[in-house]
Amino acid sequence: MTHYSKSSHVGTCLSIVEILYVLYFKIMKVDPENPLKPDRDKFILSKGHGSAALYSTLAERGFFSKEILNRYYIDDGILPGHLDMKAVPGIELSTGSLGHGLSVGVGMSIANMLDNNPGNIYVLLGDGECNEGSVWEAAMLASHNKLNNITAIIDCNKLQGFGNTKDIINQENLAERWKSFGWDVLEVDGHSIFDLESCFNQPATMNPKVIIAHTVKGKGVSFMEDKLEWHYKSPNTQELEKALKELSRAL
Amino acid sequence: MRTTFLDTLMQQARIDDRIYLITPDLGFSVLEKFRDEFPKRFLNAGIAEQNAVGVASGLALSGKIVYVYSIVPFVTMRCFEQIRIDVAYMNTNVRLVGVGAGLSYGPQGATHHAIEDIAIMRALPNMTVCAPGDPLEVRELTNASFYHQGPMYIRLGKNNEPQIHSPGTKISLGKAIEVTKGDDLVLITTSNTLELGLKWVKEWDEQNVKVRLISMPTVKPIDVEMINKIIEEGLPILTLEEHNIVGGLGSAVAEIVAESEKKIKFKRIGLPDVYSHYVGSQDFLREKLGLVRPSI
Repeated sequence: MTHYSKSSHVGTCLSIVEILYVLYFKIMKVDPENPLKPDRDKFILSKGHGSAALYSTLAERGFFSKEILNRYYIDDGILPGHLDMKAVPGIELSTGSLGHGLSVGVGMSIANMLDNNPGNIYVLLGDGECNEGSVWEAAMLASHNKLNNITAIIDCNKLQGFGNTKDIINQENLAERWKSFGWDVLEVDGHSIFDLESCFNQPATMNPKVIIAHTVKGKGVSFMEDKLEWHYKSPNTQELEKALKELSRAL
Repeated sequence: MRTTFLDTLMQQARIDDRIYLITPDLGFSVLEKFRDEFPKRFLNAGIAEQNAVGVASGLALSGKIVYVYSIVPFVTMRCFEQIRIDVAYMNTNVRLVGVGAGLSYGPQGATHHAIEDIAIMRALPNMTVCAPGDPLEVRELTNASFYHQGPMYIRLGKNNEPQIHSPGTKISLGKAIEVTKGDDLVLITTSNTLELGLKWVKEWDEQNVKVRLISMPTVKPIDVEMINKIIEEGLPILTLEEHNIVGGLGSAVAEIVAESEKKIKFKRIGLPDVYSHYVGSQDFLREKLGLVRPSI
């Protein structure tokens, strides 16, 4: 998708793909036939630039035809670079400006608590995104209100717009920060399907839960892994073929 | 436009050490040369726009001339109250520089489109609103920003826009520029539709309709004198902008027309008052959203 449309953010997509897979195929109660079912679990991709990974996951899960994936980020397209909840079924929130998703997720979580709705809320944020103050405003409110139906996942790939997260705003103590904000903290290899699944399945306490998923930007493609440039570049034909070869070999 | 902006800023930074640049982690592959030459006067504040603007205000209150650079929505709307209080109310020398005017970010989607910025920035007392339409306008208005007292918003397009004005054209803050001569109709445009406006004028010319093209790179304070002169001549006025029809250049011109007590023909061309759910390039979206040349 990022190849034919010449768009950015392929590195981000590869960093979150296992998280999306585990959520949509192992954890979340969703019904592609009935995407607005009131008691469904909801997922918010707060880092909306990873849209291509979410579109692919939703198509694979049956929310819409895979043919729609050919209309990403092009003229007369259907799928924009950042998420538009009106574009296709299954997208719970329009995102693309960082630091909004957790607050909206907290709102959905409060509503479910009020309505005795068993649906859980999952919000995927970036580690760079945790620079945004609004993330921490939402974090405070969630733990204060004991919202144990919400799970935040941090895609901790240690890169952001200008370079390494630790060189821009050091947050190597991310786990301690969330803990001090009253959240249950789990840390996991964000590319291990088994470990992710067991983290999501940990029984709920009174507190909201955050899973710090240690990931690699561009995971699975040797020349993209941990390279900032793949936040911006789109793969040319040779690069695409090489990447697909490496990824299929890993299957 | 962004390269012209940065080159102009760097020239001044070499002779004025009050120049300071902040980014909330945007501008990769653009801002590095400033950072490398002036590491002590460059700050990446992280993805945290509200804080970036507050910090900019503190630096400005301590005598610096501070530029905050990001994509338009994130440097105007994300941190609007910090701009209102810390920048506009206290009249600090902060310059908010946004890239991606209007629909520049096309297929990225509506979060990255900038269609409300002129309206909201124009509503702030003390704020000067600049929306240059070609690299020369960018250079001259950036030059003016070094000596201007008070806050400014500078709305940039993307990069590699063609130069419309001839090299010696006089461009100054608060002044409109006559680009073509003509007495059938006046087309007033701002920001990234200058090129489109010129294209329309040429097409009209082929139909023997002579249109006077006016570029309005400063939307606030707007060039009242120039608009009043056109009203006095009794010429029909069209405005053109890649911005919501509510509150932008068209509204600013309409306010003057309405209070002039002269009856002239007047029409605004801009984006309809909706968020785009279309997906496509800037040109594709322009057409879908009705930014097309009206027939005369």
